Amino acid sequence: MSIGSVPLRYRISVDRDQCMLCGRCVDSCPYGVFRKEGEQIHVNSRVCVACHRCISMCPRDAISLVERPVDYRSHPIWTPQVREAIYNQARTGKIILSGMGNAQDYPVIFDRLVLDACQVTNPSIDPLREPMELRTYLGKKPSHLNFKTVEGDTVLQTILSPNLMLETPIMIGHMSYGAISLNAQQSLARAVTECGTFMGTGEGGLHESLYPFQDHMIVQVASGRFGVDINYLERGAAIEIKIGQGAKPGIGGHLPGEKVCADVSCTRMIPEGSDAISPAPHHDIYSIEDLKQLVRSLKEATEWKKPVFVKIAAVHNSAAIAAGIARSSADAVVIDGFRGGTGAAPRVFRDHVGIPIEAAVASVDAKLRSQGIRNEVSIIASGGIRESADVAKVIALGADAVYIGTAALVAMGCRVCGTCYKGLCPWGIATQRPDLVARLDPDYASVNVANLIHAWTLELSELMGAAGINSIESLRGNRDRLRGYLLDENIMKVLDIKTVGA
Amino acid sequence: MCGIIGVIDRSRQRMDGTGIRSALSRMDERGSGEGAGYAAYGAFPDYKEYYALHVFFDNPHETKPLVEDELSKWGTVEYQEAIPTFEQANIRKLHIPWRFFFKPDIHLMPRSITPADDIVTHLVMKINSSIPGALVYSSGKDLAVFKASGWPEEVADFYRIQDYKGYLWLGHNRYPTNTPGWWGGAHPFNLLHWSVVHNGEITSYGTNRRYIESYGYRCSMFTDTEVVAYLFDLLIRRHGLTIETAVKALAPPFWDEIDRMPNREQEIMRAIRLTYGPALMNGPFAIVVANHDSMVGFTDRIKLRPLVSGESGARLYISSEEAAIRTLDPGVGDITMPRAGEPIIGRAQ
Repeated sequence: MSIGSVPLRYRISVDRDQCMLCGRCVDSCPYGVFRKEGEQIHVNSRVCVACHRCISMCPRDAISLVERPVDYRSHPIWTPQVREAIYNQARTGKIILSGMGNAQDYPVIFDRLVLDACQVTNPSIDPLREPMELRTYLGKKPSHLNFKTVEGDTVLQTILSPNLMLETPIMIGHMSYGAISLNAQQSLARAVTECGTFMGTGEGGLHESLYPFQDHMIVQVASGRFGVDINYLERGAAIEIKIGQGAKPGIGGHLPGEKVCADVSCTRMIPEGSDAISPAPHHDIYSIEDLKQLVRSLKEATEWKKPVFVKIAAVHNSAAIAAGIARSSADAVVIDGFRGGTGAAPRVFRDHVGIPIEAAVASVDAKLRSQGIRNEVSIIASGGIRESADVAKVIALGADAVYIGTAALVAMGCRVCGTCYKGLCPWGIATQRPDLVARLDPDYASVNVANLIHAWTLELSELMGAAGINSIESLRGNRDRLRGYLLDENIMKVLDIKTVGA
Repeated sequence: MCGIIGVIDRSRQRMDGTGIRSALSRMDERGSGEGAGYAAYGAFPDYKEYYALHVFFDNPHETKPLVEDELSKWGTVEYQEAIPTFEQANIRKLHIPWRFFFKPDIHLMPRSITPADDIVTHLVMKINSSIPGALVYSSGKDLAVFKASGWPEEVADFYRIQDYKGYLWLGHNRYPTNTPGWWGGAHPFNLLHWSVVHNGEITSYGTNRRYIESYGYRCSMFTDTEVVAYLFDLLIRRHGLTIETAVKALAPPFWDEIDRMPNREQEIMRAIRLTYGPALMNGPFAIVVANHDSMVGFTDRIKLRPLVSGESGARLYISSEEAAIRTLDPGVGDITMPRAGEPIIGRAQ
């Protein structure tokens, strides 16, 4: 015990004048911050994760929370976070685990991009009066069409690959049953069905209770192959091969055995209580041609009726990798930026590996166009999409559609406390404990998520209308409608955009 | 703003430039006196087998040899001349317009099905992007573009377009916002057989340009209109679409409408939108596009710019304004207004 305890991260205090001893805080907190003794609520701030569940449940607004109530001697390099990580590792000798997305203070490119609007020379379009088209098709497109005239009628000769039809370019990314609760998945599934879009199953199989929503679900095949059988593949609207994840490029996944309850074990097809380990590489993919074979195998298994996506983490070489994927039979490439969320990732990966989605999408789109194969795959952007403006900007940089993850969870109550890996999510999202899961009511949560997608869709329509665009395909890759605000020249070159005022 | 007009004589009877000059001048309210232009199909019956390359030289002594050198790599120049011009009070002769009648050597482009066209396209892109001070602004056979900075009547008189004859004429009266005063920025824009006059602004330009450039075209004129010429060239010449299908790709019906179409039509329209999504042109526009055999006019999908048409015997007129058509032909019958995205097509026999 030479290091001693580190200072509190959060201090909870209860206003005794306001508190009516109802005990809701005690019931709310699975971490054990509160206990009621006699006529008083006692607090152990040390275990608090700042999930805000107690605060949101307190009927008297009696609880307050202060972050870092104890100052360290300030230092620009040896920040409290750095020091605490060292104390932690000095004590444990282990890798530090973290949740949610990248917490490092990198500049956010999205926040240095501004969108265009029409004035005088071209009229803006009012989405309330004029049609505004956000419908998006994901999948392979032919490079050109062949027609034949038969007895005066024009007949299409080209056969189109199956595409997914989205009523809005906003989908919900892959969060598995296991990482999140079944109630959370059901809420998301009902929301995407309502909104005419899609969600990913993650690598956790497809629970029976989600079968009614299967036409809106993209089933994932990842390196652990959990839950994969022909029934699973055939139920999905599309299949996604997961190679990597933005929050932890280059490494696999690990669902601790405690989270593998009976139901999760059935859905994943693994023994109850066993750790579910997804290895870093797929053990049958050691090169691009191996990936091509897996794409074709999945296509064969499902009689070429389903689009197959390939998801990679955004890394330096994303553009070349995407060009390789475009040459396989794959229909879309998902690029997951380094701000992508996760249930659990080593902190060093979450914060230091990978590149931002803005740069990755721009370089992938440019590379595919330069090789004349942009039509071979759709581009799905994910990782760090926080609001409708981000959607508009990333589509203007070349994406066809986006996956959101964290934003959808926040719509269900998540406070981004980043403690998903503990399995005690007080909001019933990232947990399998039945009493906590029961806190999330799909009847309400699904409406919240659907509201979010609707709201972003409306905002996207307004942004497009203001830019004089009435169809999403005219925004896609339309980098002329973006300007960089205080972005450096190299980044603007990568994004292929001009500066404000130019 | 901008005013546009096109006329085709479907029996290929040639008209001199007098009529189109007065029709375009009728729309001076739509211009600003900083740019106007005309295109005439059937202008060079004596050289109809040769590509008529029209070039603006800033300084012919310096750059003409470079252009000639480039041309000589790919074929032979049969005849060349400085294009005759006649001084006008308000036109500063910033460029020297020149004309080459050029025959490409098709053996130099062995694996193409349209080698001559491909060579000329290559030359246009090469010269415009790599020889500063030389701009090829017209490159088709038997057709001429006349354009400069000035009012329509001044530009017409500068070239004396009344001395030229054509069975199909386009005219454009410019209100520039982008590149005022630059002759290259005036319309019509031309590539090979395609000429375009355009009123409007293409809000999807960034998408369209990147799409067309992935097929080897180089946009070098700093304006949105040139992509229209390239898109027509790609869709019709290289992809073999009909004019009707090409227009459907560029200004397609809305999904709501497509969803209500009969099955087969729906399948075709869906395929067109999926395949040619990046070619879809958005924003306010009215466009007239011509080639040797036809002229087509259409507007954006919600018709944010005016376009009317009229017929008289073998002649079909398309213009921004009825007054211009009536100036060109007082005897014209009914004037009709096409629906948004609906093409008006005139085909020569």
